[in-house]
Formats: sequence, structure tokens, C-alpha cells
Amino acid sequence: MTDRYPPYPYTPPPGLGAPEPRHPVVIVGAGPVGLSIAIDLAQQGIRCVVLDDGDTVSVGSRAICWAKRTLEIFDRLGVGETMLAKGVTWQVGRLFHGEKQVWEFDLLPETGHKYPAFINLQQYHVERMLLERAHAFPDLIDLRFRNRVTDHAERGDHVELIIETPDGDYTLEADWYLACDGARSATRSRMALPFEGQSFEERFLIVDVEMPQSPFAVADRPERWFWFAPPFHEGQSALLHKQPDDIYRIDLQLGPDADPEVEATEERVLPRIRAIVGDTPFRLDWMSVYRFRCAMLDNFVHGRVIFVGDSAHVVSPFGARGGNGGIQDVDNLGWKLALVLKGEASSALLDSYDDERRHGARENILHSGRATNFMTPKSEMEALLRHEVLRLAETQPFARRLINSGRLSQPCSLDGRPLQTRGEAPIAPGSAMPDAPVVGKNGCRWLIEALQGRFVLLGVGGAVLPEVPGLESVIVGPRGSGAEVEDTEGLVEQRYGRGAYLLRPDGHVCAFFDTPQVEEVKEALARAKGGFL
Amino acid sequence: MTEEDRLGPAGDAVYEALMKAHQGLSAEHSHALNARLVLLLSNEVGDATRLRELFAAARDMGFATDRREI
Repeated sequence: MTDRYPPYPYTPPPGLGAPEPRHPVVIVGAGPVGLSIAIDLAQQGIRCVVLDDGDTVSVGSRAICWAKRTLEIFDRLGVGETMLAKGVTWQVGRLFHGEKQVWEFDLLPETGHKYPAFINLQQYHVERMLLERAHAFPDLIDLRFRNRVTDHAERGDHVELIIETPDGDYTLEADWYLACDGARSATRSRMALPFEGQSFEERFLIVDVEMPQSPFAVADRPERWFWFAPPFHEGQSALLHKQPDDIYRIDLQLGPDADPEVEATEERVLPRIRAIVGDTPFRLDWMSVYRFRCAMLDNFVHGRVIFVGDSAHVVSPFGARGGNGGIQDVDNLGWKLALVLKGEASSALLDSYDDERRHGARENILHSGRATNFMTPKSEMEALLRHEVLRLAETQPFARRLINSGRLSQPCSLDGRPLQTRGEAPIAPGSAMPDAPVVGKNGCRWLIEALQGRFVLLGVGGAVLPEVPGLESVIVGPRGSGAEVEDTEGLVEQRYGRGAYLLRPDGHVCAFFDTPQVEEVKEALARAKGGFL
Repeated sequence: MTEEDRLGPAGDAVYEALMKAHQGLSAEHSHALNARLVLLLSNEVGDATRLRELFAAARDMGFATDRREI
């Protein structure tokens, strides 16, 4: 693959010659999170500079599972369809205990959604697609590769950064500093912020192999295979998953005493892969031995420095909550920071980013920690209980549900958080909006396309919407009604019931009204913009 | 015999709580804890016929012969 790691050009930044005018936003790190927030801000007309010490995309597949909600966010950022077209969508999962298949499931997702439960797509593809999208905003997104931040300091109303380039150092000033510099965030280290949580001793080996011949029964129906006590290696678990370009991800649990130097060698890895795939020819593509921990910052907002993605929280990989959690951070922060920069909200609104996303991170840590504990029994009794869960699962549905090889990332509910107006509704305030097929006069085919990206008052089932200054209204009516958006299959009304929903730009419901009155809608809108914080 | 799933979405939390109940105990004490739990849960179920069915179901599954499986 010649285009997998395209070199990104370095050009000497203007700041090397003369001081640059202060920038509204500097984003440190051009991974999936940094690029996504740059695009989100650009779509709202906000300029930013993106600094990255590297000069290409992520090396190795790294994050590969992208959940439905993330794809819906990527859709709003203009890259969802490209990712869906390239990604692998799977439906059948098989769970083995030793040699024996314990059970098999078909995700059979609910129809009437633009995006599937999730797709597999290598991080380097995701980054390349985001970067191509970022190039659509040449006046708003200033990408600077081989620009390494070596120091920063808050100076009251701005942050000052010292940046190292191949041509020497320069200084930048920014109103806001977004630390998207990943799990080993240099920003976090410089600020000496506590980053505490649970560390796991267990080592895991990730191997990507390229294999033209599918190991699955039906070649074009990719599956997910997961083993407890796999018959082909000593460890506790193993996972086989398909990515695009005939690349397969194999994850092997090695145990706490494994030596990463020894394990990540062809002599050790090849026999293990052969034990899984048999005589099928394959090529080793990438491998890595890793350990992980679950940890988060006490606060994601420190003055004018805001932590986004892995720099703010790290989780174990089970459940794909790392990359997906980071993109939800972006979705939550983008509109808030834009409102603050435009002077339409006070900076107190950013505290709600901290509150809502720390809540999300706690949820992700809880679920991924439980999965990790299930996969790494710490005593004979834990091992025995797990063994019996796996045995019972052969016949008992309740035991099947206890088997935990990762609980897939679900959209985080913001119910009860201060920006939401409390109330009962088919889609409760705080929930991410469910999708449904529609036909809009503007050509949109899905509800997420019709509504995401700005505050909207949505009327369903004949709700009469009041005129609220500065707030867009969208009426969804039955097929043939001539409404702006038509509910072609009746699924909008089935999922949303009747009434009016106030939706945030990130597609979360922030209020519901049976019969909306102008004053109460205005109040809910003000609350959602942080007016009562 | 297929039992109804009564734990539902609480399953993960219940499993976690059970692991916590065993945390830090010696193997011997862990077995004692399990025995107490069986007795307490039997009392909770309360129905002797039902309990006999469950005891039989647990026993009829057979036991692992391969240490490695555990």
C-alpha cells in the first residue's frame, strides 16, 4: 500500500519570521480527535492552527472499531459516508470456550438507520479521510506538521506556546489551547496534572495480518471470533476481526509475565497465527505488545487549556471506547467553544463540557474496566466462577449475558446534567437523537442529516411550533404531507412520538414539550447555552 | 432446561459485586463464602421443588476434566 502513510509536507510557519497575530484556537495533535475538532470548528466558521510533531498518519491500525454514534458525528463532519464505504461491517459473532463454540449471534441491527452498529476501519484510513476533509477549509484550518510544542504557559487572556520546527523555534499565542495529544499527552505532563486510575498487569499482543483468503465460512460475510482459553495458545483469550484491504486484527492475551521484546518477534508470532488460520497464506503487517490502564483527569478544562480525547481519559480497548469516546468529546466541545468564541455564550458553557464528558469518561471506564476484569481473573475463584459462566452459557441465556469481552460503546446519555431541561419523553432529554429515514426538501435522506449541527426545534406528529427568535424550526410530517421533512416510513413518529424536541448542535435532546410555548422554549434554549450555569 | 434471564442489564454490575465479595479471601474462605451464598440464595428462592430442579440442573452439566479450561 503506497498511500497508507502519505508524507505530509512541512512548510516553514510564518511565526519563524515575525510574530503572528493571536489565533483563536490552537489544536495540539493531528490524530482523529485533533482533526475532528478542527473540522467541527471550521464548519462553524472558526479558524484554528493544528500542530503535530509527526509528518504522516498513525503508524499501525490502532483504533479500528468505530461505533454508530461516532459515524453519525463523522457524518456531520462530512466524512461518515466515505468511512462507511471503506469500512468493514460485520454481523455474525462467534464465541468459543476452548475448542467449543459456546454461542453465535447475529447483530441483526434495527433497520431505518443510516449507519450500522459499527464498522472496522484502521486509524490510518480514518486520519487520512479526516485530513482530506480538513483540506476543504484552507482559509480556516492551518495544518502544521513537524511542529512540536515544547512549552506553553497561560497568560491571563491567552496561552503562549513555544514550538520547535526543523528551522528553529517560534512562539504562538492563542485564546484557547486544545490538548489533543493523546494518551501520553506532553501537555498533561508539563502541567503535572494527576492522571489516576486502575492499571492492568496483563500484556496483550496485537497483530495485523494480510490474508487474501477469508477464514470465514462465507468469504464476504466477515465475522468476529472471540475465544476464552483458546486451544492454540497459552493465554486467556484471543480475538479475530476483519479490517478493510484483507487485513485481519488478531489480539492475543499473553499474561502478566510476557516479555514484550520476545513476544513481538516473528518466531513467536507466526506459529500462533498459523494455529488460528491454518495453512491459509498470510503476511505479517504490523504488531505491537501493550498493557493498558483506565485513568482520567480530575478536570478536562484548565483555564484556557482544554483536554480532549485520550489526553483527558484512557480506557482498556475492550468495547472500543477510546477513539469513540474521543469523538464524542469533540461533538460535545465543538459547538460550545464556537458559541463562546462568537460571544454568544459565556465561557461557563465550557464547564458543561467538563461535566458532561467526565460523566461519559466515567461510564466508559466502568464498562471497559469490568470487561478487563472478566478477561483477566485475579484468583482461582475468579477463574472458576468465569469458567462456570462459560459452561452455563452453553444452555442459559442469562449466563451468555454475563460473558464480557467488551460492551460496545453506546452514546452517552446526558440526562440530569445542567444544560438539559428535565422532562418525560419517548426520547428522554439528554439522549442522542435516534436516526430514521426521511425525505427532505433540501435533498436529505436521513433525520441526522436534517437536524444535526445547530439548535433546532423539531416538531413531530402534528405539534404546532412557536416562532422563537434565532431558533430554527423543522416540522416532520407524514409522507405526502408536503412538510419540509417527510417521515417516509413512519419511523420518526414511531421513535419520537408526538411533540416538540429541542435538539443541541451535537444531536442530543435538551428539552421536550407536548405543546411548546414560546417562553418555555426560550428558557430551555438559554439553559442549553449555559445561561443558568 | 432454559432459565429465564432475570438479571438483564444488571448482569455486569452483579458479576462485579460477586468478584468484590471474594476479593482478598483465601481459597478456603472463598469456598466457604460460596457455600454461605448458596444457602442464603436457597432461602431467598424459598421453593423446595424449584431448588431441587436447580440443584439437578447444575449437577447434570458435568464437570471440566481439563485443568487448562479453568
